[in-house]
Amino acid sequence: MRSPQSWGRFPRVAQETRALTWRSDALPSAPGTLLPHGLGRSYGDSCLNADGTLLLTSALDRLIDFDPATGVLRCESGVTLDTVLRLVAPRGWFLPVTPGTKYVTVGGAIANDVHGKNHHRGGTFGRYVRRFELLRSDGTRRVCAPDENPDWYGATIGGLGLTGLITWAEVQLVPIRNPYILQETVPCENLDAFLDVARASEADYEFTMAWVDCLARGRKLGRGLLFRGNFAPPQFDGLPLAKSHLSHGSGLAVPVDMPAFCLNRLSVSAFNWLYYHRQRGRPRQRLTHYDPFFYPLDAIYGWNRIYGARGFLQFQCVVPYSTARDALREILERSSRGGVPSFLSVLKTFGDIPSPGWLSFPRQGVTLAMDFANRGEKTWRLVEDLDRLTREAGGAVYPAKDARMSPESFAAYFPRREQFLPYLDPAFSSSFWRRVNPATPSLPALEGSADGATPPVSLLAIR
Amino acid sequence: MKKVLILGATSAIAQATVRLLAARGASLYLVGRNAQNLEAVAKDAATRGAAKVESRAMDLDDCGAHEALVEQAAQALGGLDGAVIAHGVLGDQDASQRAWATAEAVMRTNFLSAASLLTSLANRFEAQKTGTLVVISSVAGDRGRQSNYVYGASKGALTVFLQGLRNRLAKSNVAVVTVKPGFVDTPMTAHVPKNKLFASPEQVARGLLRAADGRKNEVYVPGFWALIMLIIRSIPEPIFKRLKL
Repeated sequence: MRSPQSWGRFPRVAQETRALTWRSDALPSAPGTLLPHGLGRSYGDSCLNADGTLLLTSALDRLIDFDPATGVLRCESGVTLDTVLRLVAPRGWFLPVTPGTKYVTVGGAIANDVHGKNHHRGGTFGRYVRRFELLRSDGTRRVCAPDENPDWYGATIGGLGLTGLITWAEVQLVPIRNPYILQETVPCENLDAFLDVARASEADYEFTMAWVDCLARGRKLGRGLLFRGNFAPPQFDGLPLAKSHLSHGSGLAVPVDMPAFCLNRLSVSAFNWLYYHRQRGRPRQRLTHYDPFFYPLDAIYGWNRIYGARGFLQFQCVVPYSTARDALREILERSSRGGVPSFLSVLKTFGDIPSPGWLSFPRQGVTLAMDFANRGEKTWRLVEDLDRLTREAGGAVYPAKDARMSPESFAAYFPRREQFLPYLDPAFSSSFWRRVNPATPSLPALEGSADGATPPVSLLAIR
Repeated sequence: MKKVLILGATSAIAQATVRLLAARGASLYLVGRNAQNLEAVAKDAATRGAAKVESRAMDLDDCGAHEALVEQAAQALGGLDGAVIAHGVLGDQDASQRAWATAEAVMRTNFLSAASLLTSLANRFEAQKTGTLVVISSVAGDRGRQSNYVYGASKGALTVFLQGLRNRLAKSNVAVVTVKPGFVDTPMTAHVPKNKLFASPEQVARGLLRAADGRKNEVYVPGFWALIMLIIRSIPEPIFKRLKL
């Protein structure tokens, strides 16, 4: 079997795998450290474990209970959001928070405390996790909830799979009347316009996000389209599903790795120009099914292959409002100068609703996500620069999308790291964790060492 | 199949089949060895829409309990119109060659216990003049090979038993469906390196239900195994016995 990759297909590492079968089984004995691995939709190395073992959770995909009266779903951690939606959407329930793909597992959604287009209203996924079971390498099992083992609950939400294996979880869903979204598209001619429209949309729209043309420069820097929407009002209940509601449900696939020359500055800027001007400067409203609205890229199976065999690096940061205008301008300028065009770039505002997760990424401000085809050193340096700019702006970078952040950055972004350390499972680790904590011994020595001294500066430079 | 007895319900192929049946709203009676795991499968089926799910943990090697088990399942579901026999072990060929007791255990689980269950089920279905019996055999039963002839013999015997049963029950409107999977990626084959010939349990389950719905006789899943096994069966014995298979 080929070693699993992350979604960005960079970096590539050699590791063992063990498939988990039953939630009541003990953890398997395996070489090196362990790391739960769901569908591998994290982009960088947080779902990889070089020279260790991945615990594959895809067969822990059983549902346990669903109460259509209260919208509480209990399931094993390898159940995908796709499975959840197929089960609950026809019965009038929906995910309280969903990322941009439904091909992630419930365990992965908790471990990365994922966010979605409704962060300003709903916060992160972790807020809706009523409880879960955590299986540690010493064989203990703990049910974790806000009022039961609350420290383990806080450490595990956003804990990157490092506190043990989540075997099952219970999630509170939200009611919907119909599966439709009334969506509006608003062109924004530059970054300032985006920030104004985004803030103004927060009160009336549950879902907002913007696509940005990363190659637009000067006065047009940050030009893009802001999408905002709400679940459709009652008059659309019972509306039969029409093809036009599913315009993206194309069943397309990227069957092979595309050669690197397909994505270059010219092709990306042509696409961006067309995409932006299709709109002709007017806001436009339309009714759409939730699937193309939330998951446009899921329609293209294996879209990560457009970046070719060398893969790509994703970068997602959040910066506080106080520094957002300048920091985002600098980040956009730096990436547009970088010579590596970003094909997909997304801007969104985060609200101030706190997450229960100690290492949770979202915090109030503006978040920007970009993809860069991997062209080696040049790309890595660019992403490292963006990491530095984010740190200087007092922001944070998302571990689930990262392959380059520095140990100093990690410590700055996640001030509760010290509090988290004693909850690491001594037998668990990941490539990401070792990269951002280079002085941390990965095997048993660590358990109980709550002193969590910051590694000396000389070690911080090692990557 | 609306009221179905599933034997070996915690096997990967059976679990995938249970899901498909549950989504159709069938009533299910699940039997497996491990009570905890069986409970996990039962809850999954109930949550996915099964009209009714009952389960019983037992070791199907105990043939003496089969008659009562079938009766109990029929009582619980208010009748039976289908059964899926999915329990089985791969065994260890080397160990089976060294010690008869090991080989005998494979024969007992894969053939004797299945034949015993089929006897009870066939009599019930014959009397009610309706029903579908779906049994998982294997391509390994098509020809004996040195690498797994004990397992192959247990499945080959099962295939022949089913042929006779099908012949007997044809006039009673009872379908007897022999499903012969090739390599399947399940915990049973976790130790085997995978290649392109391996199918997923879901793929096999879909093929199994398609065959059951169509009241087929013998099917290979995936279908390309029909061709592979045709070739394997066609090799003359004087040549075959010298091959390393």
